[in-house]
Amino acid sequence: MAEEKEPMFSPKNIKLLTNPINVDNPITKQVLGICSALAVTVKLEPAIVMSLSVLVVLSFGNVIISFMRNGIPSRIRIIVQLVVIAALVILVDQVLKAYAYNVSKQLSVFVGLIITNCIIMGRFEAFAMTNKPWPSFLDGLGNAFGYAWILVAVAFFRELFGTGSLMGLQIIPDSFYEIGYVNNGLVLLPPMALFAVATIIWVQRSRNKDLVED
Amino acid sequence: MQELVNIFVKSIFVDNMVFAYFLGMCSYLAVSKTVKTSVGLGAAVIFVLIITVPVDYLMVKYLLAPGALVWLGPEYASVDLSFLSFIMFIAIIASMVQLVEMIVEKFSPTLYASLGIFLPLIAVNCAILGGSLFMQQREYQSIWEATSFGLGSGIGWFLAIVAIAAIREKIRYSNVPAPLRGLGITFVITGLMGIAFMTFMGIKL
Repeated sequence: MAEEKEPMFSPKNIKLLTNPINVDNPITKQVLGICSALAVTVKLEPAIVMSLSVLVVLSFGNVIISFMRNGIPSRIRIIVQLVVIAALVILVDQVLKAYAYNVSKQLSVFVGLIITNCIIMGRFEAFAMTNKPWPSFLDGLGNAFGYAWILVAVAFFRELFGTGSLMGLQIIPDSFYEIGYVNNGLVLLPPMALFAVATIIWVQRSRNKDLVED
Repeated sequence: MQELVNIFVKSIFVDNMVFAYFLGMCSYLAVSKTVKTSVGLGAAVIFVLIITVPVDYLMVKYLLAPGALVWLGPEYASVDLSFLSFIMFIAIIASMVQLVEMIVEKFSPTLYASLGIFLPLIAVNCAILGGSLFMQQREYQSIWEATSFGLGSGIGWFLAIVAIAAIREKIRYSNVPAPLRGLGITFVITGLMGIAFMTFMGIKL
C-alpha cells in the first residue's frame, strides 16, 4: 500500500504554522523563551533582529534535528541538540557582527543566550525529535513568529512611549512636546516589559477562556 | 578586597540576574510554585555558577581571547578564537553539571535527593550561560573577581526565586482576575519586585 503523500500545505501543516501565533503561543502559553523576550524589547530594532535570529536558528535547527532524529541515541540527545544550536547561533552571531555591528553590540550577550533559549530546546524535544523535516520546519517558523510578534508588540509600545520614536525616527511631533507632553521614562525600565507581557496575557486569556489557569 | 566585595554586592542587588536582565526566567517561572523546591533549585544554581564562571574565566584567558594562546609560543599571538566561546561555554556548563551531579551523588546523597531533578535542568538555564557571557563581556581582572561575580549572581537568583515562591504560595488565597491567574500575575509581581530592586541602583561600596 503506497503511503498517501501529504500536500505541502495541508490543513494540518497550516495549523502547525498558525497555532503557535495565537492559542499555543510559545511565550504566553508554553512559557518558553521569556528571558530574551523581555530583555531586548527596549527598542524596536533589536527586537526585530532578535526575532529574526531566533527564526533562523529555530527553523533550521528543527530541520537539522528532524533529519538526524533517528540517528541520535536518546541518552546523549541533549548534548547533540546543544551542539546543533550552538553552531547555528555562532553563525548568526558572526553574521550580525559583520553586517549589523551596532545592533549586535546592543543585543550584547543575548545573541549568545539564544543557545539556552528554552523555545529552541523545547521545540526540538517536543516536535522535531518525532516529526519529519517539513512539518518541523513549519513548526519552527510558526513558533518563531509567535515569539516575534510578542517581542515586536512589546518593543513597539516601549519605544513609542519611552522615547517618542520608532526605529530611531521621531514619531510624536514636536508640537506635542511644546504643549507639555513628556516621554514616559518608566516604560524604558526593565520591569515595564513584564507588565507589557502580563497585559498581553491578560487580553489573550480573557478573549479565549480555554487558556485560563486555575 | 574592596573591589571583590563591591562586585559581589553589585551582582546580588544592582545587576540582579532576574530583575535587571531577566535571565533564568523559564525555570524561575516554572519551578517557583513552592518555597521548598525553589530553595533546592536556587542552591543548585549558586553551586553551578561558582564552578562554571571561574572555569570559563580560565578558558577565556588561556584559550579564547585574542592572543591568549601566547603561552604555546610567540607565533600564536595573533590567534583569536573568541568566536568559539559560545560552544566552549555550553560544553563546559553541560559537562560541569554532569560532573557536579556525579560528585554530589557520591558524597552527599541527601543533597542529591533534594537537588536531584534540578541539576540536569540547570544546563539549559540561561542564568548560568548568562553568567559566563557577562563575565567575558565585563572583562574581570582576576579569577577572584570572576568567582565573586559568579557567587553574587547565584545568590541574587536564589533570593529572587525564593521570594517569588513565597509570594506565590500566599497569593493562592487572593482573588486574582481569572485571566491573570498563574502566569499573568507572576509577571506582574516580578515587575513590582523589579521596581523595588531598582532602588539599589547606584550602590557602590
